[in-house]
Amino acid sequence: MRFIGQRLGFLVLSLWAAATINFVLPRLMPGNPAVLMIGRFKGQLSARALHALELQFGVTHQPLWNQYLIYLGNLIHGRWGLSLTYYPVPVSKIIAQSLPWTLGLVGVATIISVILGLALGVYIAWHRGGKWDAVLPIMATFTAAIPYFWLGLILLFVLGYLWHWFPLAHAYSSSLSPSFTWTFISNMLYHALLPAMTIVVSSMGGWLLGMRNNMIQTLGEDYVLFGEARGLSERRLMVHYAARNAILPSMTGFAMAIGFVVGGALLTEVVFSYPGVGYQLLAAVQNEDYPLMQGIFLIIAFSVLVTNFLVEILYGKLDPRTRGGGIQ
Amino acid sequence: MSTPLGSSMITTNGPKSRKTRGRWQTWLDIIRRDKRPAWGLAILLVFVVLAVFAPVFSPYSPTASSFSPFMGPSANHWFGTTASGQDVWSQFLYGGRISLSVGFASGFIATVLAIVLGMLPAYLGGWVDTIMATVTNIMLVIPGLPLLIVITAYVHQTGPLTIALVIGLTGWAWGARILRSQTLTLSRRDFVAAARLAGEHRWRVLVAEILPNMLSLVIANLVFATIGAILAEASLEFLGLGNPSAVTWGTMLYWADSGGALLNGAWWWIVPPGLAIALVGLSLALINFGVDQVSNPRLRLNRIKSKKHDKGVR
Repeated sequence: MRFIGQRLGFLVLSLWAAATINFVLPRLMPGNPAVLMIGRFKGQLSARALHALELQFGVTHQPLWNQYLIYLGNLIHGRWGLSLTYYPVPVSKIIAQSLPWTLGLVGVATIISVILGLALGVYIAWHRGGKWDAVLPIMATFTAAIPYFWLGLILLFVLGYLWHWFPLAHAYSSSLSPSFTWTFISNMLYHALLPAMTIVVSSMGGWLLGMRNNMIQTLGEDYVLFGEARGLSERRLMVHYAARNAILPSMTGFAMAIGFVVGGALLTEVVFSYPGVGYQLLAAVQNEDYPLMQGIFLIIAFSVLVTNFLVEILYGKLDPRTRGGGIQ
Repeated sequence: MSTPLGSSMITTNGPKSRKTRGRWQTWLDIIRRDKRPAWGLAILLVFVVLAVFAPVFSPYSPTASSFSPFMGPSANHWFGTTASGQDVWSQFLYGGRISLSVGFASGFIATVLAIVLGMLPAYLGGWVDTIMATVTNIMLVIPGLPLLIVITAYVHQTGPLTIALVIGLTGWAWGARILRSQTLTLSRRDFVAAARLAGEHRWRVLVAEILPNMLSLVIANLVFATIGAILAEASLEFLGLGNPSAVTWGTMLYWADSGGALLNGAWWWIVPPGLAIALVGLSLALINFGVDQVSNPRLRLNRIKSKKHDKGVR
């Protein structure tokens, strides 16, 4: 299908762009920062690892073009280098350990936030001018402006430190080891609740406001009026006639939204010492562990790009009008 | 042709507003009818005044650690003191200076870039436009905060100026996309065709005919880019990627978190900077409700329309 091909082309192009940014950045910076890093680790690493680092960050006399090809080759074959913090553990292994935590947290929180936001948006648009319509949009505007990490700190302080309702940090109690038992899973969910709440509250406002506006627009359409004239029930009119059509434009902003939520989730992880990629990314930055940092940036970018691709394909299935248009 | 905005209003508003009104009149009308932008302006003004006249409002230096640590709010220290005995109220006031300047500076840079990279290629058309549209779309989907983190990690020594630059240089994509599509729409309008047929120079058409009509979109973009920039700046500084010795709302939260504010129950240290960021964000968003109504007359009439429609529905 032409539409899928087009989106696939854009996916590959954006993946390539992310990889290229990753390659160019350290080489672009004044006084190549990698030189400093490599100097710092001299003596601690084997000669081979040092050489690999020099190749990876362009501290070499090889032509740039050559370096680039080697870089892309390594990337595709999964050779993402060795982490310096956890030397000699490969970057890919650290990412494999931390990525599931982030995907789980962001995935579940995003789904909850989208569903809640859309539902509330539908509700207040239907009852517009009502009590909730006066309060919720202002509140949503406010929560959208709250920094994720600050909300996390406040929730942690009130619900964690003061009231002892939730654990203060980490993804599960240190007395447990990961397993498929009810004790572990409930413990894990218990630890995830507060970070997830932070993400949901901070990201819901955008969905709510967007949905409200689309819904009001849709409610003005003739087919809604016609449905009403036919005497359809309020519920059917609201859900099947208006909401279903109003959801579609909401999804166009998904790419932006998901990138933003992922950024917020990184900060949330730092606040709650949640062992996901955000927490690792900060640790890598603080330790000047550039290979790990590059790897995590790439995996975050790749995850966002692939998610966006999947949503667009789904969107194309839901709304035939988008299939012809391509990039608007 | 002097008020193209007014003339476009006639077509959408129907017979009610037949007389052409000036741009200023439109802005004033909106502020009179909708209280939200006025509130936004008021809140923003309070913060700007507090920041500009910080020395007037605070008797202490924001960096002097001359008081006992972890004192709660009192008459002498309205917002209490930090772990190292600094006055939080003074930090809050002085912090606003850098946080707001960085926010507005990056917002401005991002908006200028959005105009140059969004409007210009769309107007020129051809392969320049195709390439720039693709670049914009790619920049749009690459997650912003991780990119910022990586860049600041490479730069090292990131003062407020560097942070403002980096945020501005990476935050233009959304605006560029919106301005591009609006330019495409406008350049097909009759008044642009008329101006061109009248023999106006290509660049004059762009600057004198198209740009004024996008003014509200540009301002909306400035507003949003600034909100994003203030949040991004605070995030970077909270992570310790800024210059921790500069007093900003972001570094205040960084020190609060690493200085054990939570453990010591020092809520007065955490609440003010975050609340300030959120309130400034809210105020800008409220202002944007007004800007939106300038660029989209449909929203403006919503009140009257929706009331009528409500009567019909129920």
